[in-house]
Parts: sequence; C-alpha cells; structure tokens
Amino acid sequence: MFRNQYDTDVTTWSPAGRLFQVEYAMEAVKQGSAAIGLRSKSHVVLACVNKSNSELSSHQKKIFKVDDHIGVAISGLTADGRVLSRYMRNECINYFYSYESQLPVGRLVVQLADKAQVCTQRSWKRPYGVGLLVGGLDESGAHLYYNCPSGNYFEYQAFAIGSRSQAAKTYLERKFETFMESSRENLIKDALFALRETLQGEKLTSSTCTIAVVGVGEAFHMLDQETVQALINEFEIAGEEAPADEAAAPDQADDSESSATAADKVTPSDPDVAPMDM
Amino acid sequence: MTKQQANWSPYDNNGGTCVAIAGADYCVIAADTRMSSGYNILTRDYSKIIQLADKSVMASSGFQADVRALQKVLASRHLVITWDLISYYYNKQMSCPAMAQLLSNTLYYKRFFPYYAFNVLGGLDNEGKGCVFTYDAVGSYERVGYSSQGSGSTLITPFLDNQLKSPSPLLLPAKDAVTPLSEAEAIDLVKTCFASATERDIYTGDKLEIVVLNASGIRQEYMELRKD
Repeated sequence: MFRNQYDTDVTTWSPAGRLFQVEYAMEAVKQGSAAIGLRSKSHVVLACVNKSNSELSSHQKKIFKVDDHIGVAISGLTADGRVLSRYMRNECINYFYSYESQLPVGRLVVQLADKAQVCTQRSWKRPYGVGLLVGGLDESGAHLYYNCPSGNYFEYQAFAIGSRSQAAKTYLERKFETFMESSRENLIKDALFALRETLQGEKLTSSTCTIAVVGVGEAFHMLDQETVQALINEFEIAGEEAPADEAAAPDQADDSESSATAADKVTPSDPDVAPMDM
Repeated sequence: MTKQQANWSPYDNNGGTCVAIAGADYCVIAADTRMSSGYNILTRDYSKIIQLADKSVMASSGFQADVRALQKVLASRHLVITWDLISYYYNKQMSCPAMAQLLSNTLYYKRFFPYYAFNVLGGLDNEGKGCVFTYDAVGSYERVGYSSQGSGSTLITPFLDNQLKSPSPLLLPAKDAVTPLSEAEAIDLVKTCFASATERDIYTGDKLEIVVLNASGIRQEYMELRKD
C-alpha cells in the first residue's frame, strides 16, 4: 500500500472504489501483537501474546472481560480496544437491566460493527484501529466473532489476528475440524500451540502469554499463571506432540524475529482487491 | 377556594419488616416475606432481600415496586463502577462500606421523587468484621451494630436496644458497635424479634427469611411465622 491522493480522509473514495483510511486502520491491527481465538460446541478460548514496551514496563492488557458470558481479545491500538470494551460492558449491563437476561453475543457484535461503521462515514472521525476477537456463550451455543475497523464482522471456528498471525492461522487451518467436539483442555492446548507458532522460536512461558476461557457453566475468566505454566510444561515435556510440520510457515516473509512491530506480510494480495472484501 | 389535593398517590406501602445485626465476623440480615396492601395480603412469599455484591446484602421494606427498581439500578451501577474503577486497579469486588455510600448516593439522586424504600444494608467490611448500615428514604445513612426498618421496627428496635445495648455513635473514644454475641445466638435473637413482632404487627408474618454472611460465604435460612 502506498501513499496516494485519495487517502487523506475517510470520506474520500478512490477511483477503484476503496476507502484507504479504513484499509490503513486494518494495517494497524496487523501491527499489534498476536491474538488467537478458538471455539468448540461448549467453550471459547482466547489467547494472546504479552507485549511490553520495554523490560521495565508491564505488558499491555489485551484480553478484557465484558460480562460473565463474553470476553474480547484485541490487537492494534490498545486504547481504542479499551474504549470499545467499555462500550460493550455498558451494553451488556443495560441489556440485563431491561431484559433480565444476558445479551446474546450475536447482537453485541452487530452493535459493535455498526459503531465501527459510523467512523467510516464521518469526516470528523477516524476508524477504530483495533481488531476484536469476541468470544462468548449464549443460548445458541459458543461463538467466536472477529470485528474489524471496517465495520465488518465474521463468525469463526478459529482465528488469529496481529503480527505473525499467519503462522497461527496455518496451524489452526490444519486442526480446526477437530475443535467443535474438542474438550476444554484440548482446546486450550491447541490455543497454546497456535500461540507458540507466532512466537517464532521465542520461548513460550506463562509470562509471555495470557489465556482466557468461557464455557458452559464457566464464567469468562483469565487463567492464572501457574495453571498456564503447568499446561505448557505438560505438552513440552510430553515431547512436543505438536503436528510435525510446525516449521512450515508458507507465505511468511518475516523481517526480524524479535521486533514486535514487524508487519505481518500476508499472502501477496491482489492490489485491486480491497482487503476487507476477503 | 380550598387547595386542591391529589386523589392519586404514586406510592403504596407493602408493609413488612427488616432487621440486621452485625457480629465480630458475621452479619445476619432478615426480613419477613409478607407483601400486603392496605388490609389485604398480596402474597405470603416475597423476598425483600437481595445480594448486591460478594459481601453486601440489602433488605428493604416499603413500596416494593420502588424497592425492585432500586435493586436493579444498584445492580447496574455497581457493575459500571466495578468495571471502570475497581477492575483496573484491584482484582476484587466492591466492599460493603463502598456499597453503603453507593446506596446513599443512589437514593439521594431521587431526592425530589424518592424511592419509597426503607433499607438496611448488611455485610462484612474490609477487615472481615460484620457491618450494618441503616438508611432513610433519601439516603441518610449511618453505620450501626444493628438496625430494624419497616412496619414492625417500632416493636423490634426497643427490644434490640435492650438486648444488644449498642453504644452511642457519639461516644468518644469510639466504641465497637458490633455485638459480642455468637452467630447462633444472633440468629436466635432475630427469630425471637420476628416472632414477637408478628404477634402485634398485622403487616408482619407468614415466613421469615434469614441471610447469614460470614468468612465461609453466604447462607439462607427460613422460619415459619404466624399467618394471621
């Protein structure tokens, strides 16, 4: 993507029918550190890489509890994510006040998407620079959605966003068919494996990642460090039973391993097709 | 031309009585389950007690429609505050004294069209000691060792004063308001209070609901009362 005369504000179309400001916002999502979501019939697991600015600072919060039955993992501008989490929490509270029942996940993501769309059609606003993986439970089962800055949203069996997420997506694409019937423990393990893919050699420990779970009879909560470390040890000691070809990272063209700001070069996209249409 | 009087009131009194007693490491909150209107009984099985947070339980007598509305507003406000303030800095729920202030503010918010609710808030404070807060309809509140509100309060309060001899909050140095009674003794005292109040107050009776909060959690007990 390159600078051109149609990208100054979000209310300007390009001759090819694209809104560059929105596409640039989606780029911001790709720059954030990885976040992964998977779901089975009864559980949703959200996992993310802990990124901190320096060794001296604490890591940014990327997973937010929205209600007992909904949680969200974000990638991109964390501040935008925090603000949207507050909006989601408020919506859940108000819905419960009016209807004495939990806000269905599907409705929440539509409201979120509509809110994002507004920012793509006002000259005095800018799109939110954050992608959200919304995981939640409602009467119709466990759901995982991805909301992008464009105002689009999609439901997924499993998905990964942020930098080096392609490696995780490759792993997930291989295994996703087993997720629906997966047990809670295996789902978490798969999340950890997928997360490890994005670390590209860096050690996976409970301090470099955060895992959160929501499921039938289990309110949304983040797993504590000991539990996560125990799970990591379990499969690492068991001799890395991760699928054999974990080294395979197809269209990956990574600049530098340790830089958390390395752009995730996705499969070479057709320059004429707007990314949000994929 | 005499002044016009309203021929309709937005309020009704559904009767009932609430009591709360604070102990060294527990709190007992109790209320009867009769809901009435005038000389009629609307139901014998209506709970006036609600758990607002981990360590806060509220019992309210008065106009139950307002009580229910107050409970819902408090539940929502409690969540908003917990998200915005508490979850960012601590990993815990709102404390009982904080909830007490929240209830006061919520009541005063409607100073010019009040919730017709007479509340007692009971729970455990930050040190695990029992605490009871008593309110008027517009939010004036005070931490006490025990309290009674509602139609039977005039019968129960003097009895509790006699049994618990709570020191005045005006004393210096401040004396501990919590009763030295054990949990079992306090529950027994509450049952006695209601049994007596039921005899003379027509709006109190049917069943007594008792909620006990202590370090091991929360539990509920019921006792039958006279149904006349």
